[in-house]
Amino acid sequence: MYSQGLIGADGATEETEEFLAKFQARIDREEKIEPNDAMPNGYRKTLVRQIGQHAHSEIVGMLPEGNWITRAPSLRRKAALLAKVQDEGGHGLYLYSAAETLGVTREQMTEELLSGKAKYSSIFNYPTPTWADIGTIGWLVDGAAIMNQIPLCRCSYGPYARAMIRVCKEESFHQRQGYEILISLCNGTEEQKQMAQDSINRWWWPSLMMFGPHDAESSHSEQSMKWKIKRFSNDELRQKFIDATVPQAEYLGLTVPDPELKWNPEKNGGKGGYDHGEIDWDEFWRVVKGHGKMNRDRIKDRKKAWDDGAWVREAALAHAEKRAARQTQHAAE
Amino acid sequence: MSAPLFNALLELADDHLILGHRVSEWCGHAPLLEEDLAMPNMALDMIGAARSLYTYAGEIEGEGRDEDQLAYLRYDRDYKNCLLVERPNEDFAHTMLKQLYFAAFMHPYWEAALQSSDETVRGIAGKSVKEVAYHIRHAGEWVVRLGDGTEESAQRMQAAVTELHPYVEELFHMSADAQAAADTGALPDREAMRTQWTNTISNVFDQAKLTMPEVEYPQLGGRTGHHGEEMGHLLSDLQYMQRAYPNMSW
Ligand SMILES: [Fe+2]
Ligand SMILES: [Fe+2]
Ligand SMILES: [Fe+2]
Repeated sequence: MYSQGLIGADGATEETEEFLAKFQARIDREEKIEPNDAMPNGYRKTLVRQIGQHAHSEIVGMLPEGNWITRAPSLRRKAALLAKVQDEGGHGLYLYSAAETLGVTREQMTEELLSGKAKYSSIFNYPTPTWADIGTIGWLVDGAAIMNQIPLCRCSYGPYARAMIRVCKEESFHQRQGYEILISLCNGTEEQKQMAQDSINRWWWPSLMMFGPHDAESSHSEQSMKWKIKRFSNDELRQKFIDATVPQAEYLGLTVPDPELKWNPEKNGGKGGYDHGEIDWDEFWRVVKGHGKMNRDRIKDRKKAWDDGAWVREAALAHAEKRAARQTQHAAE
Repeated sequence: MSAPLFNALLELADDHLILGHRVSEWCGHAPLLEEDLAMPNMALDMIGAARSLYTYAGEIEGEGRDEDQLAYLRYDRDYKNCLLVERPNEDFAHTMLKQLYFAAFMHPYWEAALQSSDETVRGIAGKSVKEVAYHIRHAGEWVVRLGDGTEESAQRMQAAVTELHPYVEELFHMSADAQAAADTGALPDREAMRTQWTNTISNVFDQAKLTMPEVEYPQLGGRTGHHGEEMGHLLSDLQYMQRAYPNMSW
């Protein structure tokens, strides 16, 4: 989800060359940058944008899976799904906190999400019409997220790197859990296998899109690599993901919906890897720009939760103020 | 001899499943992110307790029914949950009050069940008593904040009290099965929780500036499967997969 965070990020800086060189030297020494350290404006802005978008992705990502909590087919699956969706909310919370160390508030970030100014991963603009989608999301979407996020555990910005370490542990648990849902389906009846195949048909390409545009079109990637916010290019990570995932699909007895997919022993410097067909980039940009099946619904849902909850947040604030006032009065007496 | 305990366990299990279902409906739609974490927590506790209770009920019944068969594959009239837990979420005030009312009952109930003659019941009680203590604290704090917050929140909170209070009496109501299970010492007497429930709620209401209404006509019927209209919709969500794709494992 996460390299999509760089779309449109403006890494432009105005600091003196000396300052920038000193900062770069710290990065090159693999020192962690901490909240109170001097940092170029562009570095700060890039991180605020990326961490904010990552946080939003976690929060919006609760919706497609939350869609199946009340309809989960067994109590064990229901409990696991509830816990998973709760984990995603927790990831959102750590990430908002990490972004807050850079001088933005959660409220500001939330408003940007609701106004459409801030983006979130386009994957969550696809619907979850069947139970199999819960398995597929865990396997492919959390799987792609892990691929993106493992390198972020070494991100130069300390609070982000530390948040990612905790998040990655949970994401790999989610991935195994999702895969296990699909194993159950693939060991099941013909209907269940069909449900699983239909689901992978719908999610395969969108999952590959999670790694963002081709390196050549990813305008701000280079600066982010230099700052060690990013460690691998979009295409490198995508290739790793494909190479890791195709054998898992085969194990399930499912077909990846790409007729051009073929093992190429020459790839990856002779280690071998999969050649694959071209991603439909028109679809990618269409969804990023707000025209996917669920974009409007996702924002509408988030906005409704936020607006409907306004009186609760106001009441909590008013109560805290009353309490504080009573305490001061008490102390004065 | 085992039939009453089976039925009494189903009453408890259904209460937990249905309330857990209701709370889980909030997931991803809470008024603040912290509640998007806290509400699934409570739902998980409820569903966890339901699972243990169904599993044990199935063992007692001895016909090979597991937790899912009991949770998913009964008809609407066979669910024995009290009406309180099936009430729709309405708003955050209703949701927190419902949770508080239920937890304020279950806390002394599980405490008493720690002395049960039945070892499995004691085990379930030991785990649940800690969980519901947290629910009382969490939901209770919200009832106080909302009751003594803004004018709007106070109004919504009092409206929730007015609407949900008629469903409280059923918590204490003893069905014949519950009575039989209490007579053997396997499960506590529900009636005995009244004083503690009232103390917990009065304490919260004092701080929340809420008044406890007099209920002239309590709403009963859940234990005999006489549910409200909302229950069928809840079950059509809950049972959807099991009904649409019968006899499959997931
Ligand atoms: Fe996550
Ligand atoms: Fe993530
Ligand atoms: Fe996840």
